[in-house]
Amino acid sequence: MAIPAPFSTALRAAAMLFFVVVVAACSRSSNDAVGLTGAGNLGPGGGAPGSQQEFIVTVGDRVFFTTDSSSLTSEAMATLDKQAAWLNQYQNYRVLIEGHADERGTREYNIALGARRSSVVVNYLVSKGVNGGRITSQSFGKERPVAICNDISCWSQNRRAVTVVQ
Amino acid sequence: MTLLTRRSALKLGLAGGALLATSPMAMAQLRIVVEGANFQPLPIAIPDFASSDPTFGREIADIVRNNLRRSGLFLPLDPASLPVKVGDVNGTPDFNVWRTSNVDALVMGSVERGGQITSSVRVWDTQQAAQVVGKSYNTDPNSARRIGHIVSDAIYEQLAGGTGYFDTRVIYTAESGPKANRTRRLAIMDQDGANVQYLTDGATMALTPRFSPNGDLVTYMNFAEGNPQVYLLQLSSGQQKRLANVGAMTFAPRFSPDGGTVAFSVEQGGATNIYSVGTSGGQPTQLTSGAAIDTGPSYSPDGGRIVFESDRGGSPQIYMMGAGGGNAQRVSFGQGSYSTPVWSPKGDLIAFTRQSGGQFHIGIMAPDGSGERLLYSSFHAEGPTWAPNGRVIMFFQDPGGNDGPRLMSVDIWGRNPLTVATESYASDPSWSGLRG
Repeated sequence: MAIPAPFSTALRAAAMLFFVVVVAACSRSSNDAVGLTGAGNLGPGGGAPGSQQEFIVTVGDRVFFTTDSSSLTSEAMATLDKQAAWLNQYQNYRVLIEGHADERGTREYNIALGARRSSVVVNYLVSKGVNGGRITSQSFGKERPVAICNDISCWSQNRRAVTVVQ
Repeated sequence: MTLLTRRSALKLGLAGGALLATSPMAMAQLRIVVEGANFQPLPIAIPDFASSDPTFGREIADIVRNNLRRSGLFLPLDPASLPVKVGDVNGTPDFNVWRTSNVDALVMGSVERGGQITSSVRVWDTQQAAQVVGKSYNTDPNSARRIGHIVSDAIYEQLAGGTGYFDTRVIYTAESGPKANRTRRLAIMDQDGANVQYLTDGATMALTPRFSPNGDLVTYMNFAEGNPQVYLLQLSSGQQKRLANVGAMTFAPRFSPDGGTVAFSVEQGGATNIYSVGTSGGQPTQLTSGAAIDTGPSYSPDGGRIVFESDRGGSPQIYMMGAGGGNAQRVSFGQGSYSTPVWSPKGDLIAFTRQSGGQFHIGIMAPDGSGERLLYSSFHAEGPTWAPNGRVIMFFQDPGGNDGPRLMSVDIWGRNPLTVATESYASDPSWSGLRG
């Protein structure tokens, strides 16, 4: 059964808007760092080429780590490859790499672990041609989780490094 | 009247403490055996303190009762059930009345508020018909609660041995707001949770405050510059400054026992190593090297060694080295990971956080790693700090989810786990020495 075309378009638009809102919610701490814009202010779809929105939605602004690890997974490397290509295309941006840990560690150790993760991402982006002078990094340890619950479904989202374009 | 020099505290806010004259100065037997499987807290009767302001007399007695109860070593009896409701420090108690009420230990106190606060206290062994404590104290009028704590320490020291720990403060991280964007600021309070003061405004995150031995200088992790950096904060003046300019990020500070040096972590390029630097400045000394995470340094009470955590062997474990650096020996070998080692004030034990079996544990071990004992286990618990007598540990635990952390205490025998009441979520406790 075919859905009438106008309805289908509206549905797609609604789905796209929903997607943008979800992504915006997930990247809340990063958006705080650049000045949070309301979800309604985001452009349509993945954002204009070269926009911060495009970077967050289309390129992907974060990579995830396994427990206590700062090794890049193949998925993380694929994301960072796209980030490096985008950053090499749009040279006007500076980037902040935020390193985060999940809450299954002690506070001070996780501060160090967050720094180790952000450092790995910095080194990877530099190895892909991004000028190190454009990059700064900061560790938040376990102090800024994005997902709140008591199981691995949240912890795996919190073990992350977020590339914030500025 | 003999002037007590037990504490330098007496030189500051407290004008003096004196031994009370008494007739039966017999050596009393009454004493708590604090160790052992058959331990029973000592029932103790503490009538309201005699005072021309009975409310004040009750308030001070309540502080004493609460302290002694929370120690886990005493069982203060319900004041309403006592045969005598108000203390009398001038006469000798009618011991038969107290014996028939099954009271072995009796505290008779008085307190008056004038230009100064004066308090006298006698502790009696009713079975021996003998006085075990007889002291009086003067203090400035703003230190009413401290009188209660100092009296509590006197009772504790006489009946439980060792030194007390009630006339102390705790500095900690006060937390509020949603978990994903929580405000964290420094706060200080009496060890029983009273007299809370906030030291930072929460505009930038502040974590892991630690007292210097003199109780006036604090070192902590400040996020005001972006990456966390170690700061020194003087409580009396409110002045603060960054400790050292080294590496990308500095954190995990702790004072040396003489207060002149801070050991801390320095992160550079993902590697974290331990350094030390004088509190008055100078060039930091690098104590560890390599690509691992070396953090959580804590000095031995003699200042000669540093215990710390490192993941150089894979998971975080506890290591020991000289205070000047050099070869480190691994100390912890149990399953899981070990972190946040803290040397006890007596030097006999190291408290730590262990993670194993999906749980966090607060534990203690000898400095050579032997005799490990886990004192408290839960979904999350970390960050032990020692009471100055080395018998009680405070830490924080978090039930997870959208809830937040709370301070808890437990004794080194694993008895008496208690929540320490705070008006907000609280973490990172650091216990002061006895106040000076």
